Amino acid sequence: MAMEVTQVLLSAQAVDSTVRKHAEETLKQFQEQNLPGFLLSLSGELANEEKPVESRKLAGLILKNALDAKEQHRKFELVQRWLSLDAAVKSQIKACLLQTLSSTASDARSTASQVIAKVAGIELPQKQWPELIGSLLSNVHQVPPHVKQATLETLGYLCEEVVPDVVDQDQVNKILTAVVQGMSSTEGNTEVQLAATRALYNALGFAQANFSNDMERDYIMRVVCEATLSPEVKIRQAAFECLVSIGSTYYEKLAPYIQDIFHITSKAVREDEEPVALQAIEFWSSICDEEIDILEEYGGDFTADSDVPCYYFIKQALPALVPMLLETLLKQEEDQDQDEGAWNLAMAGGTCLGLVARTVGDDIVPLVMPFIEENITKPDWRQREAATYAFGPSPDKLTPIVNVALNFMLTALTKDPNSHVKDTTAWTLGRIFEFLHGSTVETPIITPANCQQIITVLLQSMKDAPNVAEKACGALYFLAQGYEDVGSTSPLTPYFQEIVQSLLYVTHREDAGESRLRTAAYETLNEVVRCSTDETARLVLELVQVIMTELHNTLEAQRLSSDEREKQNELQGLLCGCLQVIIQKLGASDPTKYAFMQYADQIMNLFLRVFACRSATVHEEAMLAIGALAYVTGPNFAKYMPDFYKYLEMGLQNFEEYQVCAVTVGVVGDICRALEDKILPYCDQIMTLLLKDLSSNQLHRSVKPPIFSCFGDIALAIGENFEKYLMYAMPMLQSAAELSAHTAGADDEMIEYTNILRNGILEAYSGIFQGFKNSPKTQLLISYAPHILQFLDSMDDVVMKTAIGVLGDLADTLGSNAGSLIQQSLSSKDFLNECLSSEDHLIKESAEWARLAISRAISV
Amino acid sequence: MAPHDLRRPFKRAAISDQQRRRELSLQRQAQNRRDAQHQARCLAQTILSLQNDTAEPHPEFEIAAQAEEHAQDFDVRQAARLKGAEARRWFAKQLMLPEWMIDVPDRLNTDWYVCARPAGKRCFVVSSNGTTVSRLRNGSMLHKFPSALPNGARINNNSRSGQSYCILDCVFHEPDQTYYVIDMVCWGGMSLYECTAEFRFFWVNSKLVETGASNDPSTYHRYRFKTVVIYNCDPGGLKAAYTEPVPYVKDGLLFYNKHAHYQSGNTPLVLVWKDENCSQYVLDTDGKGQIPDQQQVVLELLDDGRLATSDDPPVIFGCLDKDFIQKTGLQASTLLRFAINEGGLCFADGKLEKADLQYLGKPNRARAFADSYSKVMFQYTVRHSPLRIEHLFASVNSLSEEENTCDTDMVG
Repeated sequence: MAMEVTQVLLSAQAVDSTVRKHAEETLKQFQEQNLPGFLLSLSGELANEEKPVESRKLAGLILKNALDAKEQHRKFELVQRWLSLDAAVKSQIKACLLQTLSSTASDARSTASQVIAKVAGIELPQKQWPELIGSLLSNVHQVPPHVKQATLETLGYLCEEVVPDVVDQDQVNKILTAVVQGMSSTEGNTEVQLAATRALYNALGFAQANFSNDMERDYIMRVVCEATLSPEVKIRQAAFECLVSIGSTYYEKLAPYIQDIFHITSKAVREDEEPVALQAIEFWSSICDEEIDILEEYGGDFTADSDVPCYYFIKQALPALVPMLLETLLKQEEDQDQDEGAWNLAMAGGTCLGLVARTVGDDIVPLVMPFIEENITKPDWRQREAATYAFGPSPDKLTPIVNVALNFMLTALTKDPNSHVKDTTAWTLGRIFEFLHGSTVETPIITPANCQQIITVLLQSMKDAPNVAEKACGALYFLAQGYEDVGSTSPLTPYFQEIVQSLLYVTHREDAGESRLRTAAYETLNEVVRCSTDETARLVLELVQVIMTELHNTLEAQRLSSDEREKQNELQGLLCGCLQVIIQKLGASDPTKYAFMQYADQIMNLFLRVFACRSATVHEEAMLAIGALAYVTGPNFAKYMPDFYKYLEMGLQNFEEYQVCAVTVGVVGDICRALEDKILPYCDQIMTLLLKDLSSNQLHRSVKPPIFSCFGDIALAIGENFEKYLMYAMPMLQSAAELSAHTAGADDEMIEYTNILRNGILEAYSGIFQGFKNSPKTQLLISYAPHILQFLDSMDDVVMKTAIGVLGDLADTLGSNAGSLIQQSLSSKDFLNECLSSEDHLIKESAEWARLAISRAISV
Repeated sequence: MAPHDLRRPFKRAAISDQQRRRELSLQRQAQNRRDAQHQARCLAQTILSLQNDTAEPHPEFEIAAQAEEHAQDFDVRQAARLKGAEARRWFAKQLMLPEWMIDVPDRLNTDWYVCARPAGKRCFVVSSNGTTVSRLRNGSMLHKFPSALPNGARINNNSRSGQSYCILDCVFHEPDQTYYVIDMVCWGGMSLYECTAEFRFFWVNSKLVETGASNDPSTYHRYRFKTVVIYNCDPGGLKAAYTEPVPYVKDGLLFYNKHAHYQSGNTPLVLVWKDENCSQYVLDTDGKGQIPDQQQVVLELLDDGRLATSDDPPVIFGCLDKDFIQKTGLQASTLLRFAINEGGLCFADGKLEKADLQYLGKPNRARAFADSYSKVMFQYTVRHSPLRIEHLFASVNSLSEEENTCDTDMVG
């Protein structure tokens, strides 16, 4: 077999697809028939210096894939499979891997490094392979450079693969020592230096203790800073990457070094090659990220117990930092606006400038203002573009000159000879409207006097090149949004029809597929509809037919290529999204709702055909739109259920695209409220699927809270018929409730999720209690009451309103049966009093309700 | 360990329109869910606003939960559909029976209502399945007729017919052939058992007129239903209830505690009181309609020979000799009539210690219950030292004065 595997591995990379497929099949069979033998041959192949490097590389790759996978559940399976292998087999494989690190073939070494890290990722947390790190480091100083390089690379991958707490501090110290020595200028070999620098990047997360030690930290920082000056560009880049990571991981330790770092980075931004300069800018962007987080968290109000104080590095660096970033704005590339993947100095600098503006606020104005004034009228397009862009980060801070510049920009948008300038002008106008227009703005930039001119210019600009037109759509989006709560009369009403026609025209442009122009046009159309008033309801109603026709047209196309199918799918998404917005708009008031109802059957039919276009998945946008439709049609939705139901099932089973699953769960709720007890015939299946979803470890956790809320929706709709699901739903709710009670040591994200989860659980309880009210079957709920009361004990402020409502629902439905339980619960009384004295009107209202229900329950 | 991607969004809005659509959808769904819950809680919120109007102290946790499980927890909705003997048995237990007022309750002027009780047959009126049935205190049927009550006649095109029914606590007043509604137990399928008197009266007054049940009789509405005027039991209200003319024959005054729920059987939270000015029947009559010289009482014979009132727990008036029981062949649980002899009733520490009873025989077969303790006591005090209207007025007036010093605990 060992002889054969080389040939099979080579054949698996053959150009001839028949040969390739046959080889892949052979490998698959080998793996299925004899996994240990298969893995042993692969590791033997990888270690064998006499084999061709291609087969060795692929052998290593297959090994690596046998240890790890992207999907959580698959990964788990592979880990279990490895752990259950015979110990002798594993140690032989590991010996081969370590041996390969001395290979003269760099590809073999590098592949072995990665596989070792994967094995370590599985075994170290299990306290297995304890000798690994020791054996890697034992003779790192005596070995030839290529082995040293491979060893350092392995350490790097290892640090990427395992979490810090499975490696004890002693070993961390050894790793860091080896890595930092490898980086230092005394190391003669640049390959070793590079591997060490890249390894440090991953090892930084392990260096908490070392960064708390002044001497060790000084040493690491000195070596990193020296590496940023290396003659090798790759080393300089890797060293800056380390700096970026240190900036965010050890922000609070930076103060002694920040001045030096500023000099190093500004030199790199001005003089170094682009990949290095980009990292240098990124350092400041990530410092902004840190300070924005800190300032948002504490609102600048620091007390002794704040975790991390703000050192105001950006504020201190401002006088030198801003001019440096403004300089980068002038380094645009000719066609960066057409290239979706572009990322260059001007873009990085511009983005960083935006972050600096968010970090320091008004302080940036005096530094930016002269740059704008000096450059905005210059003959060189780079200067005009840079000056226009400079408005973007903080238009609200630049109000005085924005007013002056507005006319200039409106002219530039259609007249400037340079497309790049027009692009940025349209984008900047969008930013200006986003911040300086709307009911909350004291002196809005858009007035009755200039509104018409602005709209005319934007509509004209929408005929420009796709990238410019897309930005013009974006500006119009914010212009419409500013009139969101304008009342019954909108300044946009006179232009509504023209705007809608222009946007529809844009969607039909030949080049609408470029620069996401078509998407932008539909998004703007949606916003124009959302922000429209009753004055234009008739026109919105006419739009229904237009969009329906468009959607119908997408369904006529036959025999599409996969590329065309993807485009069709995308367009259907945009059209369904637009219909969703329209349905929600028209459904919000009775007269327009009734007018809309005439189209309900046709629209539903179209949605069903959109679903039918695809085989295995449902269309998220169509699903969202159907939720809106169910709300509008109410009980009449029942007639669509027989045809629609299978897609509902499909959506609930879509674990991969969890957004689709989440949206479908929401739609189940909509349908419950629309159909009430008419949903009963579908409930067995729906509940089965929802319960499966809950038990799945494949499904994204964010879908689980809405599923609980959905239980409540179903119970409220079908009342005591929910009885047969109690024995499944209640234990699920109970264990989720217990899970959500353990939040000690959780991070912010976890706490937020926990509260969302609690809210879902509480909504489920509310729905179930209210659903069973006045039913002779309420006694079925009594046994759950103690647990629920206990759960209510542990509530956070965020879910107070829902929680106090549940207390009321419990008392209301169980009545005297719950009276003594509630009375015994001192915390319930405290909780009620707390809610009664809440400042929040909604909490108070729910609490009044609960008080009433409780007083009835306990006085019976 | 390839170099890391640095790209950040450039000239892009912070969130996509699709994300916005998702979020708006979620917002709409959350709002709809809140609305649905609100609707489910709606009834209780009506009560809420009513209670808030009166600025009364709320009975909260301080209240002692006194009664155990209630018979009506079995389902009032099914009760409306019961027939025959079963219905008799059930309804016989369901009426809320006032105790007789033998002393004046605390806070009479603030926590109580008063009304003039119509003379007539106390009954439950049940409308369901297109017909209306009235049942007397012992559960037997009085009338079966069409009415304008919810689902009380076949003409009602009520879409929720299966759900809709109502149960009213009434007095049937023979002279004008009218049912006077003195309480409401269920309305439109909704149980009011666990609602306060305050709410129930509010509901009676607002709902009864809506349905047309107060209209003059017609083909599909054989008897008229009328409400009685309920007063707050302050000096003015008490005077009005006592003296104002009413369209029916008065039989004493009824007092309702505002916070009390509807409770089957004897309750001290509804009280009846009468004197000669407001009732023709202050003293009980015997089987022949005559007022006997001696007060008569009806008691229940227990297994062990003791004689008990209908109260729960019963009050024991005495014990029959085993010999006597054997000789007369009396069975346990039968009702027996006694006269109170000259020895009268003796009390110690406010409790009945002994009674001088003389066996008379069995009462009328229609009797379903023994007398309650309060009834015996009321009749006894009427014959010896009656609680007069002056006492009530005095109490209501003095209570008004000392109100501020009173603790707000309810004696529920």
